[in-house]
Amino acid sequence: MRNLLIFISKYNAFFLFVIFEIAAIIIYINYNSFQKATVINSTNHITGNLYARIDEFKGYLTLREVNDSLAKENARLRNQLKTSFYVDTVAKGKVTDTVYKQQYEYITAKVINNSVNRPNNIITINAGSDAGIKKGMGVINDKGVVGKVLLVGPHFSVVQSLLHNETVISAMLANSRQIGTFSWGAVLNPHQGLLYDIPNDASPKIGEQVVTSDHSLYPAGVQIGRLINLRAKNARGSFLSMDVALAVDFTKLEYVYVVVNEFAAEQTGLEAQVKKDE
Amino acid sequence: MSRSILYSIIRFIVLVFVQVFLLKNIALYNISTPYPYILFILLLPFEIPNVLLFLLAFLLGLTIDAFYDTPGLHAAACVLLALVRVLFISVTVQKEGFDNEPEPTLSIMGFRWFLTYALILTFIHHTFLFLLEAFSFSEFIFILQRVVTSSIFTVFLMLITGLLFFRKRERK
Repeated sequence: MRNLLIFISKYNAFFLFVIFEIAAIIIYINYNSFQKATVINSTNHITGNLYARIDEFKGYLTLREVNDSLAKENARLRNQLKTSFYVDTVAKGKVTDTVYKQQYEYITAKVINNSVNRPNNIITINAGSDAGIKKGMGVINDKGVVGKVLLVGPHFSVVQSLLHNETVISAMLANSRQIGTFSWGAVLNPHQGLLYDIPNDASPKIGEQVVTSDHSLYPAGVQIGRLINLRAKNARGSFLSMDVALAVDFTKLEYVYVVVNEFAAEQTGLEAQVKKDE
Repeated sequence: MSRSILYSIIRFIVLVFVQVFLLKNIALYNISTPYPYILFILLLPFEIPNVLLFLLAFLLGLTIDAFYDTPGLHAAACVLLALVRVLFISVTVQKEGFDNEPEPTLSIMGFRWFLTYALILTFIHHTFLFLLEAFSFSEFIFILQRVVTSSIFTVFLMLITGLLFFRKRERK
């Protein structure tokens, strides 16, 4: 017994190393699958608030660009107002409001923490369950798709960015409406992604828009990017693979919109029922 | 003694702040990401008990993890770093020298010793960190590129910090 104690105290560094290393690895293995939230992440009170403070300061540095993008978005929205259309038909059918039921609603949030240079990038935004955000909702901004909600706290949420190895989005070519799959690819470039599983009979052109398809959790037709290379270097799957220049500049993300699909619960409920029947 | 405790606390706060709010957003060519926060572990006093050293390394790692959203990743790498530190110091420094050389800083230990110390420890920390982050050997060449470039960046920042706070002191 005494010899054992002497042995342990002589090599105490090694035993301490083993204890702490095992503790750290256990934490890493258990909690690093993002689905299991812990206190050790940026939705918690202290880190969240610190990020919010620093971001307030950083906001001043990008005011000019934010103003530009807001002005552009204002202009775009103004274009959609009824007053900016010229009515060239006299006879109009009577359209009651009940025909249009709002399907998508948008919640504005500010990005308070963002990363672009890791294999799995995530974004923290300053709105959470108090604002009506739920796990799995889509996130876009005025330029295009940003990601989807991963963790929700009362005041902050964590968004899985497009620049994440596990992000997979159903996408289509805007002109031919050929459906494929979009993911980031393995090149760690924050301005580029990979579109694959496009059927071989498609005829894509360089510069063609890539948008979200009808099967995704985003409204159909939200821009993802433009094709820049028709034969991707690191192709995936057995069909066509293409490089996509992302529409959203993730290095300068400021404001985002969380997409609330009013019919999502109904849809998933039905689909779950089908699965149960099978 | 109390002075080195105070220095360590200030160092901890400043390094974590700089790492999390400034260097987190920096990546050269999308490959090289510096982690000079480990300077805190490198600069702890020679006489620190091993228990405290490992505990501080673990806590520093968890603090960084809280901001990077990677629970346990940096903690594991920092604990390994602490072990390598213990081994390296026991091999290269004589115990008698501890009285007048409280901390292994650049100004006290000299450029050559500090450069070797920083290079070896940083390289091991980064290798373990990036391998654990990727959790596979499938893109080993790419990970190796990241390790080497990031290590150089980190050591560069450490040397600059060491020179900034260089205090002239006569060494025998």
